Amino acid sequence: MSELIDLNLPELRAGLDSKKFSSVELTKSYLDRIESLSDLNAFISVDRDGALAQAQASDQILKQKGAASKEECLLGIPIAVKDIISVKGLRNTCGSKILGNYIAPYDATVTIKLKNAGAVISGKTNMDEFAMGSSNETSAFGAVLNPWDRKRVPGGSSGGSVVAVSARLSAASLGTDTGGSIRQPAALTSTVGIKPTYGRVSRYGVVAYASSLDQVGPFTHTVRDAAIMTRVLSGRDPLDSTSFDIAVPDFEKGLGTSIKGLKLGVPKQYFIAGLNKEVESSIKAAMEQYAKLGAELVDIDLPHTEAAVAAYYIVAPAEASSNLARFDGVRYGYRAEKCADLKEMYCRTRGEGFGPEVKRRIMMGTYVLSSGYYDAYYARAQKIRTLIAQDFKSAFADKCDLVICPTSPTTAFSIGEKISDPLSMYLNDVFTIPVNLAGLPAMSLPCGFDSKGLPIGVQLIAKAFDEETIFKAAYAFEQSTDWHKRTPQL
Amino acid sequence: MKSKDDVLKIASLAHLQISDNEADGYARDLGSILAYMQLLNSVDVSKVEAMTHVHGQTNVMRDDEVKPSMPIEDIFRNLPDRNGRFIRVPLIKEHND
Repeated sequence: MSELIDLNLPELRAGLDSKKFSSVELTKSYLDRIESLSDLNAFISVDRDGALAQAQASDQILKQKGAASKEECLLGIPIAVKDIISVKGLRNTCGSKILGNYIAPYDATVTIKLKNAGAVISGKTNMDEFAMGSSNETSAFGAVLNPWDRKRVPGGSSGGSVVAVSARLSAASLGTDTGGSIRQPAALTSTVGIKPTYGRVSRYGVVAYASSLDQVGPFTHTVRDAAIMTRVLSGRDPLDSTSFDIAVPDFEKGLGTSIKGLKLGVPKQYFIAGLNKEVESSIKAAMEQYAKLGAELVDIDLPHTEAAVAAYYIVAPAEASSNLARFDGVRYGYRAEKCADLKEMYCRTRGEGFGPEVKRRIMMGTYVLSSGYYDAYYARAQKIRTLIAQDFKSAFADKCDLVICPTSPTTAFSIGEKISDPLSMYLNDVFTIPVNLAGLPAMSLPCGFDSKGLPIGVQLIAKAFDEETIFKAAYAFEQSTDWHKRTPQL
Repeated sequence: MKSKDDVLKIASLAHLQISDNEADGYARDLGSILAYMQLLNSVDVSKVEAMTHVHGQTNVMRDDEVKPSMPIEDIFRNLPDRNGRFIRVPLIKEHND
């Protein structure tokens, strides 16, 4: 048997159920690896004691029951959680100084779902501050290093969660995706990452960045693992009125079925001047692979794609400026010292507690919502959003079952390369943002490497609540290629 | 928003204290970001409805039931400053200016 840390979820399940290894052994191997690879800076908090206690309890249950039931499919398996998702009793910093000492008093719904499935929560992962960033460089806890090349970024904002999986510090992890924060890091690290449909997964207990766009999803080594994790996380939650009352399918069911005749839409607007040539040829090779598997490639038109980034950077900061108003030093988190009065306390707490990118977005949001500018910016952006959603709707109605396109225009860039130029950083998300604006599900999965050995991801987008087709098509590709089997040399 | 004064005004609306130096940087960044957003003006939106919810959802009312709350100490452990069961903050006063 290969090393424990190399196993996928079904292999871990089988090994634990047959007592080939215990949850304590497994948890210890991950915890030791987190420690020995701490230079990657993937975790903000490691809950060693809590994780080992959970592992011991899991071993007890396995001893009594023999094997885990399907509802407890993660029993005894360590999972890492992005530090924006509340886990009761652990810090929930959001990568920010302003919440540096904040302890979550309750579990997010997704945390409860993980716990109900038996998962061992190993710790909280590093991230761009309040999920604002595409490189994990805006974290108050320092940059996260890409395991494929430590001088490069792992993508963001879920940089710690993706590295936890890519560097095999965790079997799977949770991230959040507001404009690409699951899919872009997945592409930059050769990991599977899916953003489910907006409303598929509860946001209760997840600190809000842009409420109309945020969605929780998993990072995994394989497509099947992603299907297992997505089933665990999904479902209507009475505590989140934007979660949808719609049946949660068994996403594993369609894996391995034929994709003959499946129509993959190729949007011409995604093959633009800014797309790196090596990325482009990998995506084209992935399309050819799909053609070989019997899928049909059709040209589609998503005419409003170019407007997506601009619309997003109006809508998301507008929502953020409102959501982040709660961080004022009164009830939790950082408070500036020796303030003469309340107003000074608010202003200094926020000025000292937030980092530069968060302040920039709060100000952008405040500006676009301010009197006299609302119609020119916010109202117009919400109309553009309607147009982008309609583009996808008509493509799915008339032409295709899935859209296939690049996840990120480039491979991983160097730490420090883009951080001083916000606009060029924002343009990293050009292929992921339209999906959030339209509320659709999309996955990034490994499809190649560039000449420097840096990973490339291909993105599959489906219509709302049709994650099943994504899983089916992604699995077919994965099973016919070897990209997901490469691991970084660490 | 191109001048430093504009930035300082917005920062004050957002309750963010920023230094003069920071304001210079933000004026430059925000100027170029807002310039980029001008490309939205080339899209005809005259007959388009603004999106209010991505899947056209409506609001949900919950039943008015009494339920247990979280333990107060779990919440209060995060208070930056307290006096028993009260949150302590600096003096709240009118500004004279």
